[in-house]
Amino acid sequence: MPTTWQEIFDLGARDAVSSAAEPESEERRRGVFRRLRESLSKSRQALSEEISASLFDRIDEETWEQLEEALIMADAGAPTTAEVVERLEQEVDSGAVSADGEAVRTRLIEILAEVASGGRAPINLSGEPAVLLMVGVNGTGKTTTIGKIAWHLSKEFGLSVVLAAGDTYRAAAAEQLAEWAQRAGAELIRSAPGGDPGAVAFDAIAAARARGADVVIVDTAGRLHTESNLMEELAKVRRVIAKQMPDAPHETLISIDATTGQNGLRQAKIFSEAAAVDGVVLTKLDGTAKGGIVLAIANELGIPVKLIGTGETLEDLRPFDPSDFAQALLAE
Amino acid sequence: MFDQLSDRLQATLSDVRSRGKLGESDVDAAMREIRLALLEADVNFKVVKSFTKTLKERCLGAEVLESLDPGQQVVKIVNEELTGLMGGTGRDLAFASSGPTVILMAGLQGSGKTTACAKLARQLGESNKNVALAACDVYRPAAVDQLVTVGERAGAHVYQQGTDADPVEIAAWALDRAREEERDVLIVDTAGRLHIDEALMDELAKIRKRTKPHNVLLVVDAMTGQDAVGVAESFAEAAEFDGVVMTKLDGDARGGAALSVKAVTGKPILFASTGEKLEAFERFHPDRMASRILGMGDMLSLIEKAEQQVDERQAEDLQKKLEGDRFTLEDFLQQMRQVRKMGPLSGLIGMLPGMGAMKQLKNADVDEGELDRVEAIILSMTPLERANPAIIKGSRRKRIADGSGTKVQHVNQLVKQFDQMRKMMRQMMSGQAPDPQQLAQMAGGTPRPKYRRR
Repeated sequence: MPTTWQEIFDLGARDAVSSAAEPESEERRRGVFRRLRESLSKSRQALSEEISASLFDRIDEETWEQLEEALIMADAGAPTTAEVVERLEQEVDSGAVSADGEAVRTRLIEILAEVASGGRAPINLSGEPAVLLMVGVNGTGKTTTIGKIAWHLSKEFGLSVVLAAGDTYRAAAAEQLAEWAQRAGAELIRSAPGGDPGAVAFDAIAAARARGADVVIVDTAGRLHTESNLMEELAKVRRVIAKQMPDAPHETLISIDATTGQNGLRQAKIFSEAAAVDGVVLTKLDGTAKGGIVLAIANELGIPVKLIGTGETLEDLRPFDPSDFAQALLAE
Repeated sequence: MFDQLSDRLQATLSDVRSRGKLGESDVDAAMREIRLALLEADVNFKVVKSFTKTLKERCLGAEVLESLDPGQQVVKIVNEELTGLMGGTGRDLAFASSGPTVILMAGLQGSGKTTACAKLARQLGESNKNVALAACDVYRPAAVDQLVTVGERAGAHVYQQGTDADPVEIAAWALDRAREEERDVLIVDTAGRLHIDEALMDELAKIRKRTKPHNVLLVVDAMTGQDAVGVAESFAEAAEFDGVVMTKLDGDARGGAALSVKAVTGKPILFASTGEKLEAFERFHPDRMASRILGMGDMLSLIEKAEQQVDERQAEDLQKKLEGDRFTLEDFLQQMRQVRKMGPLSGLIGMLPGMGAMKQLKNADVDEGELDRVEAIILSMTPLERANPAIIKGSRRKRIADGSGTKVQHVNQLVKQFDQMRKMMRQMMSGQAPDPQQLAQMAGGTPRPKYRRR
């Protein structure tokens, strides 16, 4: 059962509102799946694509080596790969899984999906207003993702969204978010360049309260986790938000580029220390990278992927589905 | 704590020294460690396979030198091979004999093209070139605005036509303008694109055709994983790039993508982008990258440099003093002078393995001026004071301050820091890891000379 928008967002007391919102027409739903299939078909076939046919023809030593290779090449990293392969090999050797291609293939998908589900929880938007904080390294797709989330919240649930241009450092960052706000039908709160990001977040939350808006999404400047002063700045933005609203930010998401290698694990770890990250948005999955690093992130840090980004337009965002992801991981 | 490949190899090859030569099983064991290290560093799986094959041949039968333990010897070989692979026939930027030199920048979304364009513009502007930029990303919201802003900061003119025009036409028009206005260089920024996006790769090929660039540079994010190879191959085919710019090297990604791209396309990496500021842009150094990929900091260069400077016997004497806590300010002065001969200190600090984790130290930018001051203060002390800083009180402090042209607080600070440093060195000699906080405190002006463990 693929994860739905209704499942991925926890809207708290607003559940009543969401069911009253116009249900998505069958047409549009089909359209969404068609788009998704098209965007993913550029390199690999549809989501239900089987694992490379020859991999489980025979179950022998070479099978495990090839499987290892496939997972490493998907950026799952050596430790997580070893765990998965050893586990499967052991289950086959002990007879728990019968040594035929179909059974092994199915079991592998199950194991991968299980690993990918580590720490799974919906996105918490129960606050009034709900505050969502986006963080991540430079160039990973924070701002574009915010535009997409805002659009989906407004389209799927009829929610009103305020965007906070918390990137006060990068040239034309506020202009970039302004464009997305316009496309998504959200309001934008910004400051002068070089302003204090905490202050922008503060103003946005105040504005949301004043206007009775449902969700505030706070953009932040891209930063390398190795810059301790910038990580401290992030922690400060969080404190400012928490002072204003005790449970806020209700959700903190880190954007991880699907092309990222093992450094993604470091990113998730260090950002988590500064900002209590609740989940990952895995971006740029429309490329050829498999994004296997999220397996390591879920497995070793217990931080789940909640959303995936599959392109540069508003619609290119999906709830993360561990099964679909597991299948795509090994597809050619 | 210091995740060193050489430590792991040392454990694996612990009984090799007695045999003097590396046998096959030794080498296989070593190759396993190296393979792991390279995969951790995001070098492409297939590149790792072929690289370790070549490496094995070189390691078999290699002599184990007296001065380095077998682990270090293997690491040295690996480092040399990696450096050779990534260096080799380097290429500078090609410049036009007449008319503007055209540089076309391409790459995936978010790789850092626009920032790299501005940095390159600034650097070329420094050698008095008249540089202009062309804004051909009409897709990403506010991309043109971004280039205009950073372009101006870099001192370059930006040719743009907003977002309604066709990128190919903008590029062609910009080149015409650059010719008319007699620019020396035109750097063409393009939209980030997937290598599998036929339409956009087509567009890139068209821009190339119309502008006939002297250089096409592929911009690659240092944290890119296994996908780097696929991306590079596709861009090589569609855009025939001449060289690579590695970006975001100020992070702690090991950067194996650099090796992958070079190994698979043969194209050299020309530049390294090491921060968000425009100045953070330099020529690419294959040897530094090799060490980084191996997770070694620049340990080998440091060892080699230290070997050049330090007399064996002096080192032994020093070690005894440190252990016996008889290390004095005089000794410190001598060591500091030797270390300073090695080169700018901030560079040295970055070379120490594991220093990536202690970024405070690297960013502390040890001030050469401050070291001058330290030297002056010590020189104003009497031999007795240098030997026993505890006696430096009251009038002595004043005299030393006056004699060195500094203030009493500087003298106090030096004595205090020296004390802390001695304590730390004692700890390290007894095998304890130094406290990062203490190290950071010391970062202001008291260098820590590093010697090989005996």
